[in-house]
Amino acid sequence: MTNGAETEGGQQVAATYLGIADGRPFLKGSKCDACGQVYLGERINCAKCAARAAMQPVELSTKGHLYNYTIVYRSYPGITVPFISAIVDLEGGGTVKGNLIDIEPTPDNISFDMPVEVVFRGAELANPAAAGFVAHFFIPAKQGQPA
Amino acid sequence: MSDDVYVIGVDMIRFGRFDDATPPQLAAQAALMALDDAGLAIADMQAVYSGNCGETMVGQRMLQLVGQTGVPVVNVTNACATGATAFREGWIAIKAGLFDLVLAVGAEKMGKGMLVRRNTGGDPVPTEGLIGSSTMPAVFAQMGLEHARAYGTTMRQFAQVSVKNHHHSTFNPKAMYQKETPLEEVMGSEMISYPNTKLMCSVNVDGSAAAVLCSERKARELGVLGRAVRIRASALASDPFTERNLVMPDCNTVTRYAARSAYEMAGVGPEDLNLVELHDCFATAEIPHYENLGLCAEGEGGVLLDSGATTIGGRIPVNLSGGLLSKGHPLGATGIANIYEVATHLRGEAGKRQVEGARLGLTHVVGIGSACAVHILEKA
Repeated sequence: MTNGAETEGGQQVAATYLGIADGRPFLKGSKCDACGQVYLGERINCAKCAARAAMQPVELSTKGHLYNYTIVYRSYPGITVPFISAIVDLEGGGTVKGNLIDIEPTPDNISFDMPVEVVFRGAELANPAAAGFVAHFFIPAKQGQPA
Repeated sequence: MSDDVYVIGVDMIRFGRFDDATPPQLAAQAALMALDDAGLAIADMQAVYSGNCGETMVGQRMLQLVGQTGVPVVNVTNACATGATAFREGWIAIKAGLFDLVLAVGAEKMGKGMLVRRNTGGDPVPTEGLIGSSTMPAVFAQMGLEHARAYGTTMRQFAQVSVKNHHHSTFNPKAMYQKETPLEEVMGSEMISYPNTKLMCSVNVDGSAAAVLCSERKARELGVLGRAVRIRASALASDPFTERNLVMPDCNTVTRYAARSAYEMAGVGPEDLNLVELHDCFATAEIPHYENLGLCAEGEGGVLLDSGATTIGGRIPVNLSGGLLSKGHPLGATGIANIYEVATHLRGEAGKRQVEGARLGLTHVVGIGSACAVHILEKA
């Protein structure tokens, strides 16, 4: 599912919707030729308009806004808690879930619609048992750089 | 004569932890209780619809315990809508004229701990905690925060749902817990997934519930219409496409689809209801569902709760059983246990929590994935 590609650091991707091009990870997406809906990941048929085999592969943006979140305190054994599970709407379409990092996980620090960036880092950051994989994370967009 | 379908027997075991019982054993207990309630025997049932999420062939294995009559058995799984889906399959069969008497039963053994989506292939590594969270407390925390995003709903309001439903459970001897939980205790209990604390999560319990469904013709013949409950509507929806639901489950739209179908079928509106049992799997879910089911205007779910209208004695009491939060949530049984609760009020047999003069009630369950079932029941 990862087409055998590796990052420059020799890591495999942690999700099927992550791709690697020239050693750099990216978010794979699909766009429906019939209705224009953009999806995370590769697809064949359209969930929205049911068009068959009308999907074009696209690369999704690394800029977006926080649509929703929760702060998770109880997770699986070995997972570093608390962490922010975030839902991000990407610019140009596509919604993706991931951990929002580089921010203290308290409700006061998090605001709906805050601009975020997608970054790709070693999965051991969140789960030590996933060392050797690269995953996407969100970080607050740097000030002065509108997302 | 109409072709309405009636519930002529319904019951549930007290939810709890039954380490030594199997799901078929739990199913058998509820089935026999519902049959006794109807004054009938398993040999009178022309088909069995069995709901369970964790095992296979629970319906047949239940019949092996109470009488192998050779009737058709359909085993149903539809996440948290499983029991209601089994019930609805029975309703469909009688509506179709195939049978006059069928048994619907739901049973589940839950164990303790959190439910997480199973990894059935595709993901190279476990994604929980690495790519956000898919635990149910997290998924439903986001349902609440989406409501907060739109309407400013507070953690205190979500917590108050749990206070209310735990209060209701003190009047229900079949609830797992029958214990008051003051607001400070709910808000101060262990944070699981903000804003859901431990006391804002439904209780994982073992349980079972069953119902005997009957055609109008047969109910008249048996002379059981006096305590019978008429099924005015049975609706089931799957989640339609919405902008984010492939990434963030959307329990709102699927509920609106099922509710709209149910109200249309029954020819009634939310203002006609005397009580509602809705899917409070987490405290964050109940307030959005007030709006999804039309119990109040958009954005006024928090206000409806604050007004006391959904508390016992209020205009439209919600989750008088204690709800999933306090009665407990054995997945396959929940949808039929809801029907037991509403039917018990319509029969005037709900004791201390009785809604006086109840004539019309609604049950609602949502299974992530997603499935929503809504039933509207009427005093016959």
